[in-house]
Amino acid sequence: MLDDFLVRALLAGVGVALVAGPLGCFVVWRRMAYLGDSLAHSALLGIAIGVLLDLDTTLAIVLAGLAFAVLLVGLQQQRQLATDTLLGLLAHSGLAIGLVVLSFAESLRVDLMGYLFGDVLAVRAADLVWIWGGGAVLLATLAALWRPLLLATLQEEMAQAEGLPVLALRFALTALLALTVALAMKVVGILLITSLLIVPAAAARPLARSPLAMALIAAGVGCLAVAGGIGGSWLADTPTGPSIVVAALLLFLATQLAPPLRRLARAAPTA
Amino acid sequence: MSEILAQAVGIGVSFGGRSVLQDVDFTLRRGEIVSLIGPNGAGKSTLVKVLLGLQRPERGRVVRPPDLKVGYVPQRLSVDPTLPLTVAGFLSLPRRRPEAERRRSLAEVGVPQLWDAQVHALSGGELQRVMLARAILRGSDLLVLDEPASSVDVAGQAELFELIGAVRNRRRCGVLLVSHDLHVVMAGADRVVCLNGHVCCTGSPEAVGLDPAFAALFGGSASALGIYHHRHDHHHDLGGGAEPQATGTGG
Repeated sequence: MLDDFLVRALLAGVGVALVAGPLGCFVVWRRMAYLGDSLAHSALLGIAIGVLLDLDTTLAIVLAGLAFAVLLVGLQQQRQLATDTLLGLLAHSGLAIGLVVLSFAESLRVDLMGYLFGDVLAVRAADLVWIWGGGAVLLATLAALWRPLLLATLQEEMAQAEGLPVLALRFALTALLALTVALAMKVVGILLITSLLIVPAAAARPLARSPLAMALIAAGVGCLAVAGGIGGSWLADTPTGPSIVVAALLLFLATQLAPPLRRLARAAPTA
Repeated sequence: MSEILAQAVGIGVSFGGRSVLQDVDFTLRRGEIVSLIGPNGAGKSTLVKVLLGLQRPERGRVVRPPDLKVGYVPQRLSVDPTLPLTVAGFLSLPRRRPEAERRRSLAEVGVPQLWDAQVHALSGGELQRVMLARAILRGSDLLVLDEPASSVDVAGQAELFELIGAVRNRRRCGVLLVSHDLHVVMAGADRVVCLNGHVCCTGSPEAVGLDPAFAALFGGSASALGIYHHRHDHHHDLGGGAEPQATGTGG
């Protein structure tokens, strides 16, 4: 018999994977894997402030992520510092300030390991409401912005010249990612969130011929990784978050075989 | 005269105290192909941004019809190979278009066979045409092409400009070609505007070619222009002008 907590873990993981797959595609296409890391790091500041102010943790992470998005897109407008410098600056100051602030709240019990590596087996029903409700809103927003975002990803200048609000689009994408990070934190933790964004997308690439196909396949790969990771961790008694990432990596390796296999299949009849 | 698509009057722009454009006047009308040329740093892209309303000038004013549809063809498209995108899908950005329309526009620019091709695998010339197809698909009133010939060889350039002329005739749109490359500009433009912070000279390609300001700006490369001119426009070059009325037979 499957236990309740396993079912909840699976539901949480699948909910996150369905959002992280398509959004992760944009992270890969726009080469902004750093952004996922930075958002995750700054989330720790959100947790710290949430603990201090006695806010709901998820809400605090969401607010910190949005603040990060505003700050980053705003700072990108000045051209003194390159984006990767800005990201490093914001991410690590967020992380450092978060840890300092948490040390003030010593009397409170904060499960730092849980935030760093995730604790999907401890997901509560309320978390599921956040993940599925929030995830549905995020996916709907992404679907509505899909084509303009794609054009801005291809060539921002072209999108701008043709009248698309590229700055608003960039902010929207950053905000969507920040919110995804907030949702994904419970499942894989701060340190492994980026992998949930980019590994399924990278695994989907060899199988896809259109952006939409890649997004859908990435979502599917993410779900398989979640199921495989949770199952594996149940059987082998390994930590769940890292097991999910290992499962995703195995799927990535498997799909990399697709193009050579296809070439072999094509060559076989003539050989 | 036909409708004005974009007009700038007395434009002045400076960045960090350095003046980029001073007192620039510029007009582009429907049905016109205008080449905007000038060396790197002459303020070409700034002027284009001002004309398209993407940059507010410090001085002067810009007039544009309120619902002007702009089709922009950038110098290149750096499609990341991780982004799988067919030409058919690209033509449906940023809005879905009916397949028949998309196929028609691809045929119009002479590359109907690229429908299923991946965008990141296209050659420079193919990509240029596909981007042009997307621009006309939008029903653009004004096509802006940034350095249109930079990724095409010389033979391809002549073809590309023939195509741009044909699109202009069929669609009755205005075309703005932006380039630092003289060879490009002179082929088939109705008017050339030579920019270097201010408008150095303007007029028909022939008149601008003879303008001392133009020669001063482009120095030695201006003579190379004559050769190109002769070969592809069937007009006589500067030396040939001495011969009596030798108008080209081709065209």
